[in-house]
Amino acid sequence: MSVPAEWYLLVSALLFITGTIGVLIRRNVIVMFMCIELMLNAVNLTFVTLDRMMGGLAGQIAVFFVLVVAAAEVVVGLAIIVSIFRRRASTDADQVSLLKW
Amino acid sequence: MIDASVFLLAAALALGSGVAMVLVRNAVHAALFLVASQLALAVLFLIQGAFFIAALQIIVYAGAIMVLFVFVVMLLGVDKRESLTEPLRFQREIGVGLGVLLIVAALYLGVGTSFAVANLPDSAGPRSGEGNVEAVARELFTHWALPFEITSVLLIVAVVGTMVLAKRRLRS
Repeated sequence: MSVPAEWYLLVSALLFITGTIGVLIRRNVIVMFMCIELMLNAVNLTFVTLDRMMGGLAGQIAVFFVLVVAAAEVVVGLAIIVSIFRRRASTDADQVSLLKW
Repeated sequence: MIDASVFLLAAALALGSGVAMVLVRNAVHAALFLVASQLALAVLFLIQGAFFIAALQIIVYAGAIMVLFVFVVMLLGVDKRESLTEPLRFQREIGVGLGVLLIVAALYLGVGTSFAVANLPDSAGPRSGEGNVEAVARELFTHWALPFEITSVLLIVAVVGTMVLAKRRLRS
């Protein structure tokens, strides 16, 4: 394997930070949610890379569980977004201010 | 050599699509860029020997989850433009600044840590002639059998919760 494993970790860190910046600067709730998915993907890449470095399989099992939890999270999150949209007719994060003091 | 070029191509595609997803204004375009990024990540999983995870990435993420995203975007109206006026002052500047700070911190930690691993195997997983999928399945159904079953409870709870959330009230 000619590519050092650190490069994979670097790509993963940059992807994670891209997702973080997206959550911070975007205001559409759906796009913010997509950015969270990107962060989860970046973490999966870290798991697989470290798994290869350690020579085990536990990381890939962890990725499997992350995938399942992500699927459940997306389903519930999108249902919440749909119900917010029914009430507010908007997917703007600034419209959701009921809990703000 | 081929490994390096495939890695560079897939990494550039993943990072470029990710950045484009954050920058593009249309939510459908953002979803498509996210699909491209996830497919490139599946390639990165493949060249590391994690075949099962790569297939799972394509089927579950790029397939099922993104279909759900595009469906909801279409349902809620694609023509709604995200307004560019930011009500919070300096929100964008502070967000990008914190992101740059995070990059610096990650690079600092990454450079400061030595990832000295004695013998780096070519691919993750088993030593013997067993393939990656068999090895993951064996590990999953023996050592991690109980968490695997609990996962199904989580999925059922998520499905029921979604139905409760999405159901319209019959009366009132």
